[in-house]
Amino acid sequence: MATQHSRSAARLMIAPAVFVLLVWMLIPLCMTLYFSFADYRPMRATFEPWIGFDNYVSFVTSSSFTNSVITTLQMVGGILCITIAGGIALALLLDQPIFGQGVVRILVIAPFFVMPTVSALVWKNMFFNVDNGLFSYLYKALGLQPYDFLSQAPVFSIVVIVAWQWLPFATLILLTAVQSLSSEQLEAAEMDGAPGWARFWYIILPHLSRAITVVILIQTIFLLSVFAEIFVTTNGAFGTRTLTYLVYQRVLESQNIGLGSAGGIIAVILANIVAIFLMRIVGKNLDN
Amino acid sequence: MARAITTRKKVMWTALSWGIGLLIFFPILWTFLTSFKTEATAIADPPVWFAFDWTLENYRAVQERSNYPLALTNSIIIAVGSTILGIAIAVPAAWAMAFVPGRRTKDVLLWMLSTKMLPAVGVLYPLVLLAKWLGVMDSRILLIVVLMLINLPIIVWMLYTYFREIPGEILEAARMDGASLRNEIIYVLTPMAIPGIASTILLNIILAWNEAFWTILLTTVDAAPLTKFIASFSAPEGLFYAKLSAASMMAIAPILVMGWFSQKQLVRGLTFGAVK
Amino acid sequence: MGRITLENVQKRFGEVEVIPPLNLTIEDGEFVVFVGPSGCGKSTLLRLIAGLEDVSGGEIRIDGRPATDLPPAKRGLAMVFQSYALYPHMSVRKNIAFPLKMAGMDQAEQDRRIAKAAEALNLTDYLDRRPGQLSGGQRQRVAIGRAIVREPAAFLFDEPLSNLDAALRVGMRMEISELHTTLATTMIYVTHDQVEAMTMADKIVVLRAGNIEQVGTPLDLYREPRNVFVAGFIGSPKMNLLEGEHARAHGCKTIGIRPEHLDVVDSGGTFTGKIGVAEHLGSDTFFHVHIPGMAEPMTVRASGEVGLRHGDPIHLAPQADKIHRFDDKGLRIS
Repeated sequence: MATQHSRSAARLMIAPAVFVLLVWMLIPLCMTLYFSFADYRPMRATFEPWIGFDNYVSFVTSSSFTNSVITTLQMVGGILCITIAGGIALALLLDQPIFGQGVVRILVIAPFFVMPTVSALVWKNMFFNVDNGLFSYLYKALGLQPYDFLSQAPVFSIVVIVAWQWLPFATLILLTAVQSLSSEQLEAAEMDGAPGWARFWYIILPHLSRAITVVILIQTIFLLSVFAEIFVTTNGAFGTRTLTYLVYQRVLESQNIGLGSAGGIIAVILANIVAIFLMRIVGKNLDN
Repeated sequence: MARAITTRKKVMWTALSWGIGLLIFFPILWTFLTSFKTEATAIADPPVWFAFDWTLENYRAVQERSNYPLALTNSIIIAVGSTILGIAIAVPAAWAMAFVPGRRTKDVLLWMLSTKMLPAVGVLYPLVLLAKWLGVMDSRILLIVVLMLINLPIIVWMLYTYFREIPGEILEAARMDGASLRNEIIYVLTPMAIPGIASTILLNIILAWNEAFWTILLTTVDAAPLTKFIASFSAPEGLFYAKLSAASMMAIAPILVMGWFSQKQLVRGLTFGAVK
Repeated sequence: MGRITLENVQKRFGEVEVIPPLNLTIEDGEFVVFVGPSGCGKSTLLRLIAGLEDVSGGEIRIDGRPATDLPPAKRGLAMVFQSYALYPHMSVRKNIAFPLKMAGMDQAEQDRRIAKAAEALNLTDYLDRRPGQLSGGQRQRVAIGRAIVREPAAFLFDEPLSNLDAALRVGMRMEISELHTTLATTMIYVTHDQVEAMTMADKIVVLRAGNIEQVGTPLDLYREPRNVFVAGFIGSPKMNLLEGEHARAHGCKTIGIRPEHLDVVDSGGTFTGKIGVAEHLGSDTFFHVHIPGMAEPMTVRASGEVGLRHGDPIHLAPQADKIHRFDDKGLRIS
């Protein structure tokens, strides 16, 4: 298929995409790297181009860093647990022969298409609000004291919002995987005398393992940079400051560019660790 | 698969699925209902479900707020603009990688993906700085370019997977039939790739429409799209649930419809072909 | 006109030499079949002629004109692909018209040629359908139609029948042969199926690992295979190749006896053994005979119905003048 002519045409056609992404990746990243070694606070007109690893040291040793890492882990972990467990259950459910399957599918995937600011605001005001939220009515109807979700269980509240948004994604992918399982395999297992739970545990779950891994990796990458949901609901208060949010505050709110940039580089490194695993899977898939 | 499923079982599964489906959909449904209530009904205790005087007042009120039409226009221009720009850059690249694969094609593809995984905060300040320096802060063009760049890997990847499904032999046949490279792309490749390109466009518009990091942080008023406009409601102004709901519905309705059409493509686009 | 000459044509993919320097002349109007096991380079050779791959060295001439650096479109060749490679978004008519449209031919002439090709290929009723609505055989005909309307210097076929079922394959084989008789245009046909090669070719080119093992008419190859490989590849069922004691008796490394050249005799004979599998086809009977001291069973083809069954003892006598002898290098000793 490839002749000399088509090969040089191909190179020419890839060039723009490679060029813009290269510029996009290298220039800002190098600038961040540069700032991360500088004491740069524009509000106080401080600029010292080289202070070594001071920013990294003070960023990592501050208690807000440790807290933000814990918050990030709690959030990402919580959301992953809910979406994976819920996604498997929903995928298996939607795979059953039911009336109006298409409509149920549409209902289930809808949250994914709601813009993050909208879902955060809707949940914050219309569900979590202690005075007028639906949950408060529910609590009162059950004779309980209304609960102020966002200030008393802020991390949990945000987990609920984000998990609601990402559950459809996990469901869709796992459903695709479930549907690719040949029914003959399940029938063979049934002939071999495996009861329902055994079929799930020994056949379905191993079949889904790859899809689950992909969901975990991709969601982790997106979830590490959850921003709008926090920005709209708590603005980082009540211990909902994730690493992303902490960097944002250091850079744009307190304008400590050096410190924030060091944090940014750390975030890049952490995300890359996840990315490497994802790329392995994707790369392997590319070969066949 | 040929097996009789008892109707009773089917009804049971149906009831369960619909129950859970409606539960997941409920926040959107509730927002929809609330958007037609008066502000007083919206916070009525106990909550009112359907029996209220349906009004379009909230939609009118939101549209009259001077910055809603602007935000809507911005959202459309930014989402569509970044998509067109991205497609224009990605189609040739994906074509080349799918039909003239070289030794490094795989590495290039994976490298492109890796740029997608770069956390936005890692480049936040330099981008703000560059935008200010170029005088494009709070401009549509800045967001068009930035959103194009963050979604470009997904566009390239989706197109690549679609193009790869077109058998190379067909393009070779065209070449044997005397088609030049240009005619090959116009008469054979493009017509065959249209469904793939269309769904790529659709998914990308959705992603750009809902992007809520750069759109919030790189705009103030002039270029602020709906994400930013909605975020401005986060400081409560008294009784505002109905109007918030109306604004929300207007912001999500078009995308919700597009999203329903593109559910299959979503899997392909967001898993980079790792799940089939 | 379609005389194609290959001079020292070679192809490397990176370090791997797929086709070492190779010389071949295909005369105008010949039906040439490239045959060989999969991976022997026959398709690559066809693609080099088509211009879909660049040669790594050597010269290709079409009608005496150098064509090595011409793009495929300029070589005046038409190709039928294994998957047919029909344009799924175009009707049959548009598929067939495509090469004419690319050549900028006027509409009237296009219509005339399409009608003629459709007539010849029984496609007239299907002209407005899409390829997806056609059967495998019809798709094959559309692909051929697309090739013939251009009136090319030569046709290239890349395993065109491998996607058809057995019955259709025999039918299409005849149609292609008939087409060749009618058009009298050069055809180069790639296949891994030696039956197709034997039945269709004027000239067979047997390839192995990019090397030409032998070139000749089907009967040349059958009667005088140049080496052990060709001997084993051409002919069905396969030739029995024996080494060791029996070969030494004939003063060579290997002897070859075709199944049809072994006579079943009542007693005596050169080989005595027991029948393993017996295949009764009615017109012929094939026996796979286990002979003590031989690793492989020997295949025997007896004409008509023979009343022997599994487990029966059998005596075999080869026809003396039909024994092929090969030396240490596997080359034929004549």
